[in-house]
Amino acid sequence: MKPLVPVSTGARVILGVGFFVLFVAGWGAVTWSGWVPPLFLASPGRTLLAGWSLLTEFGFAGDIGITIFRVVGGFLIAAAIGVPLGLMMGAFKPVEAFFEPFISFARYLPASAFIPLLILWAGVGEAQKLSVIFIGSFFQIVIMVAVIAGATRIDLVEAAYTLGARSRGIVRRVIIPSAAPQVMETLRLVLGWAWTYVIVAELIGATSGIGHMIMDSQRLLDTGQMIFGIVVIGVIGLVTDFLFKALNRKLFPWAAI
Amino acid sequence: MSNKTLRIAGVTRTFPGQGRAAPTLALQPTNLTVEPGEFVAILGPSGCGKSTLLRIVAGLDRPTAGQVTLDDAPVVAPGPDRGMVFQSYTLFPWLTVAQNIRFGLAERGMPEAQQQTVAEKFIARTGLRGFENHWPRQLSGGMQQRTALARALANDPEILLLDEPFGALDHQTRELMQELLLEIWEADRKTVLFVTHDIDEAIFLANRVVVMSARPGRIKAEVPVPLPYPRDWTMKTAPDFAALKARLMAEIRDEVRKAATVA
Repeated sequence: MKPLVPVSTGARVILGVGFFVLFVAGWGAVTWSGWVPPLFLASPGRTLLAGWSLLTEFGFAGDIGITIFRVVGGFLIAAAIGVPLGLMMGAFKPVEAFFEPFISFARYLPASAFIPLLILWAGVGEAQKLSVIFIGSFFQIVIMVAVIAGATRIDLVEAAYTLGARSRGIVRRVIIPSAAPQVMETLRLVLGWAWTYVIVAELIGATSGIGHMIMDSQRLLDTGQMIFGIVVIGVIGLVTDFLFKALNRKLFPWAAI
Repeated sequence: MSNKTLRIAGVTRTFPGQGRAAPTLALQPTNLTVEPGEFVAILGPSGCGKSTLLRIVAGLDRPTAGQVTLDDAPVVAPGPDRGMVFQSYTLFPWLTVAQNIRFGLAERGMPEAQQQTVAEKFIARTGLRGFENHWPRQLSGGMQQRTALARALANDPEILLLDEPFGALDHQTRELMQELLLEIWEADRKTVLFVTHDIDEAIFLANRVVVMSARPGRIKAEVPVPLPYPRDWTMKTAPDFAALKARLMAEIRDEVRKAATVA
């Protein structure tokens, strides 16, 4: 191995899959040998069986669906407001001066700490779940998008001015396209965080969703079901990550990400 | 063919000091008139304020005192009547070569078909055929500057401002680009204000060379270049060329030395 020397695609896949295999083998070794009792940790086989029964007997697909809906819904609302606001803050310094201090403060407020309040305000329905995701994602998106837009190359802005662009053209044809790939990267990152908030929101005062299932399984001491729930979240995360990256490559061929 | 006169009258630029540092005088009161169709090179050591002067003409920087006018209209902001090519690569990375060239035209609201015709013309004139759909990152430095030149020309500006446009290119590419620019200027006779620190480049291209002093910059000498157009590379070894070069070198040597010791 030499520092920073790239690895071939084939080797990358083998190495990446290899660790998954090693991880499951280690998990199997400690459970199948009886070293860790099933009360604390189900074996890979037990976990898969638990998952199968969850899906076939307990309608777990519905839970997965509702959880995805909450994450994506809350995240999309946050992005729909947060991205334009962030772009405006990055582009126009007075707008930034107005919002930035408050948003810097608000982004340190932990979304999970709002759950009791939100239950009080919005009940335990979907509005409360979406609100948790929104609070958790919105301020992060705004601040990161503002930084990205604010870092637009000034020489490109100047070139656009000498070509006759005015403020509107600078924002629409320079700042937005130049920021777009990094904004998408930010959204990918924040969507990952949104998944942690949704589970917390579902652990408290929910009647459906992956988090609710995990909570229920704990009462029954069914570690297989709990682990399966966690693994499902991981798989969904992996898939969305992959989709996001593919979409970015398609949308921004010029950036060579 | 341009038909507006550029007048730089008493233009001064002082940069405010950082913190408690004293303000820096970058440009002493400068006067310069550029007639329509002229090719004027501004020659000076690095840090002499020549780029500052050009940025003020472009409207990207404001003078502390004095005024720039283009046919009596004061320059207060950048505009498409003063096209610019920068030393750094400033193509929009998210636009193809053709889209970059059409940027100013689209901004003006020109119909799509007409944009295409204009872009086509300048793609051909700058030798970019076959690269229309390339992304800037796929181009060499020379090709990027060709595109930047085509982008500025497509807008049909009154005056072309070139800020060491070939400064980052290797020697051979730079000479090719000089010939390309000369060819275009000889055909169009568009007013050009060209900033450089390369004496050969200044003589080869311009019909007047303005020498600037070391910081704080001021115009130290104006040297006409009476060599006839069309010019070609063989001129660079002609005795007239050498004589002019000797004169400009004498003018600029002191300034370079001053600049080196001040900095």
